[in-house]
Amino acid sequence: MQKRDLISITDFSKEDYLRIMELAAKFEENPNQDLLKGKVVATLFFEPSTRTRLSFETAINRLGGKIIGFSDSSSSSVVKGETLHDTIRMVSNYADLIVMRHPLEGSARYASEIATVPVINAGDGANQHPSQTLLDMYSISKTQGRLDNINIFMVGDLKYGRTVHSLLMALSEFENPIFNFIAPPELAMPDEYKRFLTSKGIKYFEHTEFTEIISEADIIYMTRVQKERFTDPIEYEKVKNVYILRKKMLKNTKPTMKILHPLPRVNEIHTDVDTSSHAYYFTQALNGVFTREAIISHIMGVK
Amino acid sequence: MKITDKALQVSAIKEGTVIDHIPAERLFDVINILGLFNIQEMITFGTNMDSKQLGKKGIIKVANRFFQGEEIDKIALIAPHAKLNIIKDYEVVEKRVVEIPDEINGIVKCFNPKCITNHEKIKTCFTVISYNPVELKCRYCEKITYENQVEII
Repeated sequence: MQKRDLISITDFSKEDYLRIMELAAKFEENPNQDLLKGKVVATLFFEPSTRTRLSFETAINRLGGKIIGFSDSSSSSVVKGETLHDTIRMVSNYADLIVMRHPLEGSARYASEIATVPVINAGDGANQHPSQTLLDMYSISKTQGRLDNINIFMVGDLKYGRTVHSLLMALSEFENPIFNFIAPPELAMPDEYKRFLTSKGIKYFEHTEFTEIISEADIIYMTRVQKERFTDPIEYEKVKNVYILRKKMLKNTKPTMKILHPLPRVNEIHTDVDTSSHAYYFTQALNGVFTREAIISHIMGVK
Repeated sequence: MKITDKALQVSAIKEGTVIDHIPAERLFDVINILGLFNIQEMITFGTNMDSKQLGKKGIIKVANRFFQGEEIDKIALIAPHAKLNIIKDYEVVEKRVVEIPDEINGIVKCFNPKCITNHEKIKTCFTVISYNPVELKCRYCEKITYENQVEII
């Protein structure tokens, strides 16, 4: 049987997405299931990412698997000059599954071509982070009861934000999504994604600030506007306060509307939103464990 | 004067290939990517010749060389309108237009400095997502290399 990897969100079909949603819901009901008993999982973090690593390692532990790996390349043979190629060849001999985070883009795809065991991409530079996208989808599915007909507002850095790009691709597989983009012109959604939506006949609207139109939202997906993305610091100063979501702005929104954020947040969601019934970003992070249990079981074919 | 006469202005070759309709500014790039600076056969080339299609064009005549496969892919990437005239016994026996394949393997560098292919010994691989202008999507980092960024390895 051919091994299955999860490198890019587009490696999964709509059927895979739905299967992950179904499995994640089951793991949420019953998180401790010994499906990985006797299996060894390598978590190779060539750059630190505490949140993602702990979420994956919690998922593996709840599935009864054993973990080997490192949390930072300084504690691996990379410092001795070992190539990614050789590290992956070696680890393939020890582990039944590799979960990998690496600062270089495309490293996960390359690792999957070398590894003889399945590879899950836990982030390759600014490229892909598919488990984040799947947990975002699980959060949408759980709070809205559907993945079809979702009106989603994506806010902030839409140019470099890999989470919004992957989520856009995944939601496009479902019926009638509507995308609203709120971003400064410097950080607007890249043309290639807009062309993709047009080619699929999917509606999208672009805005440069929050308006009354957010009353139509099912989901507001916030991202960080990072200072280092601007070539001109004056431009950053001009826009930095335009994309802050405050409680008073949520007055006319749908009662079922939820606010998501991949975290960590800086100031783009005012803390006064935290007590609102619309705030979902902390629960969203917890959903990550169930979603990762689902991804691992699906990839390993144990459930 | 007919086109064939123009081609014959420089010494005719008995066997070999005439690469015509190269954009004048890419002439030396074509010479480079084909490694023509390094061969023993007779080569003549001209540039800044008038062309209805390109404004100014370049032309290369190489004796005893017949290009194929990867070499033609390379020509197509930097001179998409180029035509290859195959010469046998002083006659043009075949005219070939170059065509960009659907997948480009191992000949173009990914423009993304953070792509793994620029850090480890990996054969690059691109899917052609647009032909005119050329847009290449990297199999690894998934970023797009645009026509003006194409650098032949």
